[in-house]
Amino acid sequence: MKLPSKRFADAVVVAPAGRIDQSNADAFKDALAPHLERCAPGEDRVVLDLTRLEYISSAGLRILMLAAKQCKTQGGTLVLAGLQPLVKEIFEISRFTMVFDITSSLREALARASSSALTAFETA
Amino acid sequence: MRVRFWGTRGSLPVALTSDAVKRKVMGALLKAIGKPLATVEQVEAFVAQELAAPQTYGGNSSCVQIDIGGDDYLLCDMGSGARVFANHVMTKGPKKSNTFHVVMSHMHWDHIMGFPFFVPAYIPGNTIIIYGCHEVLESAFRRQHAAPSFPVEFAQLPARIEFVRLETGVTYDIAGVEVRAMRQRHGGDSYGYRFEHQGKAAVYSTDSEHKLEDSAETDEFVEFFQDADLVIFDAMYSLADATTVKEDWGHSSNVVGVELCQRARVKHFCMFHHDPFADDDQLTAVLRDTRRFEEITRGEHPPLEISTAYDGMDLVL
Repeated sequence: MKLPSKRFADAVVVAPAGRIDQSNADAFKDALAPHLERCAPGEDRVVLDLTRLEYISSAGLRILMLAAKQCKTQGGTLVLAGLQPLVKEIFEISRFTMVFDITSSLREALARASSSALTAFETA
Repeated sequence: MRVRFWGTRGSLPVALTSDAVKRKVMGALLKAIGKPLATVEQVEAFVAQELAAPQTYGGNSSCVQIDIGGDDYLLCDMGSGARVFANHVMTKGPKKSNTFHVVMSHMHWDHIMGFPFFVPAYIPGNTIIIYGCHEVLESAFRRQHAAPSFPVEFAQLPARIEFVRLETGVTYDIAGVEVRAMRQRHGGDSYGYRFEHQGKAAVYSTDSEHKLEDSAETDEFVEFFQDADLVIFDAMYSLADATTVKEDWGHSSNVVGVELCQRARVKHFCMFHHDPFADDDQLTAVLRDTRRFEEITRGEHPPLEISTAYDGMDLVL
């Protein structure tokens, strides 16, 4: 799976697009793995920009849940941003809003990640 | 085929508190303000219109009846709802003998606790045939009657009681219904059952956890549920809980249930085995959310009817 990413200082913004369901959940997991490995103090903060995500099934939510667990275990920071209304409803109904740190915009997510990431974003 | 729900609560029976009843009465009275309620007929009309939805989900633990109108009775599980079912049978008046077929999902306490209070077991001439896939099928029933748990030993029960071991992958004829079992993920295993009769199919799938990473297992469930008119599904937890703090507790969620039923082109998805910590307001909110989830994820799938099982629910397929 192609998973575009962009760096803002010490934060990496990863932006999945389209649909994540049982058919591509494993590919999403594999594509996300290198970013999660570096999600730790002194390394990267990871922001998942879901602006272009149209749909996510329970299989996809599970991958995000595993990502949150991994980042927490490593002491890292994972923030989700830009959920579209339908995706936001799926998060709310499945109660995953209680599992993740979710912000309404990429700017807010980068501010949550670090001040240097926000500065890099605003001066880019 | 008719499906009647005698017990729908998971893990432990629950009862409404006095305060909860008062809140419900208060809510009904507020709805009644300004309505004409001077006669019994007007009150009945008000109740039929304004209180049409179930006012509580109940109470008793798992017991569901599959009714095809035959002489024998066919039940799923022997939770505390079996006592209410038995009382219903007794109100039909004296009959020389009855035969009860009981298909067991598993032997956990909430699924067998109704049997010591199952009046037909105390009536000579009755036959009770208990079916299941577990090796401990018979010993679990005998054990809960033993001292110090209960004052009447199993061997003292006057009814004729038989135990029949079932296997997965085999279609059985039980009380005129085609029955097929499927192993499910639960502590000590549980088994779901698919019932078919005259072109109608109902699936009873409770106490079943679904591991989202196991696509082969998911496909097996889709095949088991395929084109069913009704799937009774363990939707005890939210997806977030079922995959985090309550992972490996052996239960599933509304979200996974909808996804499976959409893929299997099921007609009616019925949430079952309610969390004993969930009150009526919470269950009503989950029903609303689940219907919305089905709506926004439907895509090319046919519309899926969604309900929350309650004690006393009666569905005709």
